[in-house]
Amino acid sequence: MDQKVLEEIRKIIPNDRILLQLQDRYSYSFDASFGEYLPDIVIQPEHAEEISRLVKLANRYLIPVYPRGAATSLSGGPLPVEGGMVLDMSRLNKKLIIDRENLLAIVSPGVITADIHRKAEEAGLFYPPDPSSSHVSTIGGNLLENSSGPRGLKYGTTKEYVIGLEVVTPTGDMIRTGGKTVKNVTGYDLTRLIVGSEGTLGIVTEAILRLIPKPQARGTLLAAFDRLVDSGHAITNILSSGILPAAMELMDNACMRAVENFQPCGLPLHAEALIIVEVDGHPIAVAEEISQCETLCLQMGATTIRVAQDERERQEIWKARKMVSPAITQMGPTKISEDATVPRSKIPDMMERLKQIREKYQLNLVVFGHAGDGNLHPNIITDKRNLAEMKRVEEAVSEIFKAAIELGGTLSGEHGIGTLKAPYMEMELGEIGLAMMKKIKQAWDPNNILNPGKIFPKPGQTKVVLTE
Amino acid sequence: MSLSQKSHQPESNGNPVQQLFHSTYALTNKCVQCGYCLPVCPTYDSMGKESASPRGRINLVRLASEGKIDIQENLKNPIDLCLGCRACEVACPVNVPYGHILEFAKQAIEESQKEKERAVFGERMKRLSLMKLFPYPERLRAIGNLVWLYQKSGVAKFVRKTKVIHRISEPFANLENVLPSLESPGKRYKWGTVISAKGQKKSRVAFFAGCVMDALMYRTNRLTIELLTSVGCEVVMPQNQTCCGALHAHQGLLEQAKALAKANIEAFEKSEADFYVNNAGGCGAILREYDHLLMEDQHWKERAARFVNRSRDISEILMQYGPLSYRKERRGVLIYQDSCHLRYVQGVYDEPRHLLRSIPGADVVEWEDSGSCCGSGGIYNMLNYEESIKILDKKMEKVKAMGATTIVTANPGCLLQMRLGAERLGLSNHMQAVHIVDVLAEACGFE
Ligand SMILES: Cc1cc2nc3c(=O)[nH]c(=O)nc-3n(C[C@H](O)[C@H](O)[C@H](O)COP(=O)(O)OP(=O)(O)OC[C@H]3O[C@@H](n4cnc5c(N)ncnc54)[C@H](O)[C@@H]3O)c2cc1C
Ligand code: SF4
Ligand code: SF4
Repeated sequence: MDQKVLEEIRKIIPNDRILLQLQDRYSYSFDASFGEYLPDIVIQPEHAEEISRLVKLANRYLIPVYPRGAATSLSGGPLPVEGGMVLDMSRLNKKLIIDRENLLAIVSPGVITADIHRKAEEAGLFYPPDPSSSHVSTIGGNLLENSSGPRGLKYGTTKEYVIGLEVVTPTGDMIRTGGKTVKNVTGYDLTRLIVGSEGTLGIVTEAILRLIPKPQARGTLLAAFDRLVDSGHAITNILSSGILPAAMELMDNACMRAVENFQPCGLPLHAEALIIVEVDGHPIAVAEEISQCETLCLQMGATTIRVAQDERERQEIWKARKMVSPAITQMGPTKISEDATVPRSKIPDMMERLKQIREKYQLNLVVFGHAGDGNLHPNIITDKRNLAEMKRVEEAVSEIFKAAIELGGTLSGEHGIGTLKAPYMEMELGEIGLAMMKKIKQAWDPNNILNPGKIFPKPGQTKVVLTE
Repeated sequence: MSLSQKSHQPESNGNPVQQLFHSTYALTNKCVQCGYCLPVCPTYDSMGKESASPRGRINLVRLASEGKIDIQENLKNPIDLCLGCRACEVACPVNVPYGHILEFAKQAIEESQKEKERAVFGERMKRLSLMKLFPYPERLRAIGNLVWLYQKSGVAKFVRKTKVIHRISEPFANLENVLPSLESPGKRYKWGTVISAKGQKKSRVAFFAGCVMDALMYRTNRLTIELLTSVGCEVVMPQNQTCCGALHAHQGLLEQAKALAKANIEAFEKSEADFYVNNAGGCGAILREYDHLLMEDQHWKERAARFVNRSRDISEILMQYGPLSYRKERRGVLIYQDSCHLRYVQGVYDEPRHLLRSIPGADVVEWEDSGSCCGSGGIYNMLNYEESIKILDKKMEKVKAMGATTIVTANPGCLLQMRLGAERLGLSNHMQAVHIVDVLAEACGFE
């Protein structure tokens, strides 16, 4: 790092929040996806004003700036691919206010999402977005990736709950978008533009979140089917019967086997697929809806059904689902998780396409996911040291995206584009669609300072490269 | 994006880097960098940077084993600042064996240190006491006896008053302040003694005295034996038992640790006991990992596995053969501070809690912070005093808020650290830190 620039940085940030040693820089070179990129400097800001001054300085000296939350991104979001400056946002975590009267939470970006869940619940309220990483990830990361989890089906994704932001723009100015009202039609909706922008359009320094009353009761069931198509039909039948479950999860046979190997949960291994359905709301409605779901599953040929009788049994059912991710990691050292999403009526077709891809490329491909909203998680278990297989993985990944788009779906339902899916953007958006997005980026960030190297493919790049 | 660089193997032969690569590369690669271990790590919490987190440390070990960073320059400090509490291991969804990675990293650091052999005073001190003192219970007993004499003679008061010791070294001085009063050497059981069970004999157990426990907290050891006999255990004190080797293993002196393990296995095999009981979470943890420590030697590995199978914490045995017959009520609010190595490595969680709740009148309060390390971390508090104190003070604020009058621990290191914490808060008059054995024995009316 240039001494002169460093001098100026020291005027903005005290020394103990500037990390320059090699071991520290390497500690901010990764996220939960792929690749290793060494930044020149890591800074731990504690105030919005510091960030504003740093970004202005970065514009003057043309230094790339990479905001980073907890680095749990699965798509390469916080990776400092062009070196420069990493802003560790996890230290900007002091504010977490629950406003009971207005049903709001006002939070700093570094606050851990699960702390918001907990505080809201203490006040009898509910913040629904529930990525499975919520006990580690920051709310800032959630906002910028527009994260969601099983509850997305009924309650929507993070963007449905963000109504106001404080943002440092890519040129270092501080602005506020939205406000404390749920209704707001004053001008362009910049809040929604920033949410999901993966740190390329602004650095969020504070957010106003909408909360809702906590549902009083929950009902949960697990149903197994001998044929995958039947589970697909059960899902569509439940959804067209007038019930909107809080969550509807699907696991294929390979996932079930992995879980049973890892930590036996008594799953019916003869079945081709398994679904978990959860409804919530008023206790009387919940009881009626869950028994209706049970009947619908039986009609569609479910061979095993378990309805949770108490909280312990409910936890047991969810445990099987939560074990999937760690369990499949035991099957091989490298896991490529995708989250291609299709309209829910196309789930059986997508499952069929995935089966073909598995056979064509001879890969260990397993599928689970949020079936209710068409957000599937095809995972390829492989070994990054096996270069020949990694080449087949690259091909398979491209085909998964192609299948999703052909079925009317999208590259990513939750995990974002980052570096890993950038090559496929044009496939989904078309040349003009992508160009319009690029114009927004250029207008906001004329010097290309904020998170450069993400979302937009490099010229001529049409495929992810997992090997060198 | 480059993956092949990740699997780059250093070329040099047989040096610490190469050794580190062989011992850890497959293990560090299991880490998927999900960060699930971050919320439970006390040093990530107190220092607030990724190189002080489990995920960061694992990544640095991998980089060092690939030769991308230097073992002394870049790896040593982040590894030294790890408490070794192993809370991260339990939080990890894919079972990355952090404890083993840590041990191998320490070994590599130690090896490369030897190569350079910088004779820094602190380093020499560390090695001196680890190699010269801990393996010799007799020498530690001698020191223990001296400390006893020193306390009885009134010199202690003088030293404390004049703060002479503070000038020598703050950390050692603080430790000196919180050492328990010692018992007269005359009350000690001799090695090789067999103490009969009271009433019907249910089991024969061999007692692992532990060098620090035995030297400085002998009273607790004696009470442990009384508790054991009171529930029908015949207790053997195996001759030639030695230090468990935990401190050596944690400081990268793996060869010494292995030698101690073998000596203990031999000593305990001769006792012909059903179980090998200890009362120090930190010792118990390594006793239960002797099979891992000796995994490269087929013959010893099998003997170690049998040893591991018989090893138990005192609380497990008391639960198995109890109930204890209580004579006295206990007043005030009790909280239990887990010994990290008892909870995370040995997986003992319920037993001490059950035992405490079974004491008549006991008001045992469960608290969210019980599972997070107190900052003692073996001899971490002596080697990294400042960092350790930050962690401790944070915890003590929570203890204070709960109005606890007794903090119960299950490991000597934790005990001294919690006493220090109470002292720092100026609460040592209202708040006691005690070993679980002392609380149970008191309730049973043992003196
Ligand atoms: C095991 C595991 C399970 C997961 N499960 C889910 C899931 O169920 N659903 C889901 O949606 N995701 C999931 N994820 C992905 C990931 O957790 C989410 O994308 C999460 O929102 C990232 O948060 P973070 O704090 O780690 O942010 P990071 O990964 O650090 O950053 C994410 C992006 O946000 C930007 N950023 C972060 N903070 C700011 C800020 N204050 N201002 C501007 N930009 C910022 C970064 O530049 C980056 O582009 C999972 C990840 C893992 C490892
Ligand atoms: S929880 Fe396990 S896999 Fe995840 S970062 Fe920590 S050590 Fe790695
Ligand atoms: S052993 Fe304890 S201090 Fe060390 S990395 Fe794990 S959780 Fe942190």
